Amino acid sequence: MSILIDNSSKIVVQGITGRSGLFHTQQCRAYGTNIVAGVTPGKGGIHIDGIPVFNTVEEAVRYTKANVSMIFVPPPAAADAILEACAAGLDLAVCITEGIPIRDMVMARAMQAESRTRLVGPNCPGVITPGQCKLGIMPGYIHKPGKVGVVSRSGTLTYEAVKQLTDMGLGQSTCVGIGGDPIIGMKFIDVLELFNNDPQTEAVFMIGEIGGGAEEAAAHWIRENMKKPVAAFIAGVTAPPGKRMGHAGAIITGGKGKAEDKIRTLQECGVVVSTSPTRMGDAMLEALNAAGKSIPTTLEKSASK
Amino acid sequence: MNIHEYQAKEILNGFGIPIPRSRVAMTADQVERAAKEMGGHCVIKAQIYAGGRGKAGGVKVVHHPEQANDVAKELFGKKLVTIQTGPAGLKVRRILIEEAVEIAREFYVSITLDRETSRYCLIASAEGGVEIEEVARKSPEKIHMLTIDPFTGLRPFQARKIALALGLTGVVCEDCVDLLLNLYKCCLEKDCFLVEINPLVVTKAGWLLAMDAKMSFDDNAVYRHREYPDMVDYSQLDPLEITAGKYDLAYIKLTGSIGCMVNGAGLAMATLDVLKEFGGEPANFLDVGGGATREKVAEAFKIILEDSDVKAVFVNIFGGIMRCDVIAQGIIEAASEIKCTLPIVVRMDGSHVEEGKKLLQESGLNVQIGETLGDGAGKIVKMLGQGGI
Repeated sequence: MSILIDNSSKIVVQGITGRSGLFHTQQCRAYGTNIVAGVTPGKGGIHIDGIPVFNTVEEAVRYTKANVSMIFVPPPAAADAILEACAAGLDLAVCITEGIPIRDMVMARAMQAESRTRLVGPNCPGVITPGQCKLGIMPGYIHKPGKVGVVSRSGTLTYEAVKQLTDMGLGQSTCVGIGGDPIIGMKFIDVLELFNNDPQTEAVFMIGEIGGGAEEAAAHWIRENMKKPVAAFIAGVTAPPGKRMGHAGAIITGGKGKAEDKIRTLQECGVVVSTSPTRMGDAMLEALNAAGKSIPTTLEKSASK
Repeated sequence: MNIHEYQAKEILNGFGIPIPRSRVAMTADQVERAAKEMGGHCVIKAQIYAGGRGKAGGVKVVHHPEQANDVAKELFGKKLVTIQTGPAGLKVRRILIEEAVEIAREFYVSITLDRETSRYCLIASAEGGVEIEEVARKSPEKIHMLTIDPFTGLRPFQARKIALALGLTGVVCEDCVDLLLNLYKCCLEKDCFLVEINPLVVTKAGWLLAMDAKMSFDDNAVYRHREYPDMVDYSQLDPLEITAGKYDLAYIKLTGSIGCMVNGAGLAMATLDVLKEFGGEPANFLDVGGGATREKVAEAFKIILEDSDVKAVFVNIFGGIMRCDVIAQGIIEAASEIKCTLPIVVRMDGSHVEEGKKLLQESGLNVQIGETLGDGAGKIVKMLGQGGI
């Protein structure tokens, strides 16, 4: 088991003929991801690297039974691409695109919330279930199948965390990059809930950053509901107030969104918080030990098949 | 993207929102003439990209055109330090001269994005002229919030509820309903991240006026508004931040001496955190983008070194899919071109990492390799210490 995606997921890539769309399609495929279709309006009918390209997501679903979309559509059309994925009734849309205008996302998010489609992103590295399905721009080789769920607002910082986990022998069930924008689909709590119910996941590592109150909300949710140990890291302890630190959502305004407050709230709610980005793996181990769990190494030993 | 108060007011006025009679001036003589036009009694307001001007002496009431001239002479070229500018302050290059208005009541209204609901949110308070964060702390019951449904937009009955909650009645109440509807229209059409009127006043004569306004645009939507780039007042921005913006790099000047180049915003923040943990002080935040290219790395490197406060450079690239040898070439090219002799520590991860390290070691630059994030941060702090700083 894992969450969101596994080796039975059938992927359609929206924006497959674009430069980064094609590059990452090839990378995902090399990892073993089952990419069944691409969509680029106006290019329906061609094949690219042997993958059939359709004009619409609806057509792609009709002919290939795709159930998950990976979106690489440029910002001006990306919100529409999300809505198209929702209208086609997919299980999940993962939007990698960075730079979608807020006004477009407000509307897209409101419509998506009324559909059956889950949304991850935008402005995110994607989702990976190690050894089964890579859906995004993350480097596959740093991951290892295992039992730690990872959820993060960041991209490359997630890679850093995952590498530390893997180096310590802590494999991952699924890693979800929820995105750095102020408006995103799945939030920490949505992903934590899935990890909580996933038999393979035995612990969760969470990576937050300054800005907004999503980490605090997650902390309270964890205290009330989480049955598994959670460790976390919050980036931006030293960030100056009022400055936007790269991510559109990473800004401290009016004294809200500070890293210290997030860290304190998480600790109060029983989460082990790593004080340094160099010790994220250690924090996960500490949380596992505190919960009296044996250290789950990689899946190879425990997997029955 | 931020703009000045006077620009925000002009835009609001274009949406039918009443503003005081005013002029913008670049010289003290212009200020004097404008003051004369207003009848002598007027308000002089320094235009900078920060709030808190009143307390810092950037807003003054004058009673005579010559007094306006004196105040303007004092303000022009002065660096105003407010609670929002940081210690360096911001230079006053433009002044807004506004008619003095007899105020009966002051309010606060704004529309901004609410991250919790992923929708725009209207915020109003019967206490205007002070920071909304302060009101939220001291008397939260005075704040009225309304989440706007993107499908229906802001409806007149909702705006009326807010206006009534502010204690407005009769004609002024209906004027306020129109104002709020127009404010929402402006927010959408201009792709605002925030549009704020503080204070919104009712004059003794019974008119609504936007006395002060703040507007910031959604950076992701600037491409839809051709006029926006021309509205930027570059004198209010750090020159290196301007250059970085041209190359699509997120750069923020900080106060330390270690220049930083990192790919990805989260990792960049974490890198600053780890430097401080090791006793170093970062000179900047710089995100070259999750998928940094050779060109971007080279440009970023030059920007970092243009800052004379920088005494050492820490590069932290988690390339992942990107090739580390390509990144290394970018660093070497840039460092050789500008003849950089400063100590450099490079921590890289990703494909072809060994080739990348080899290239750096053979480059003849004053460079060391950080094996991990902690190792790299420790090394750069140590090298800087040895450099006699």
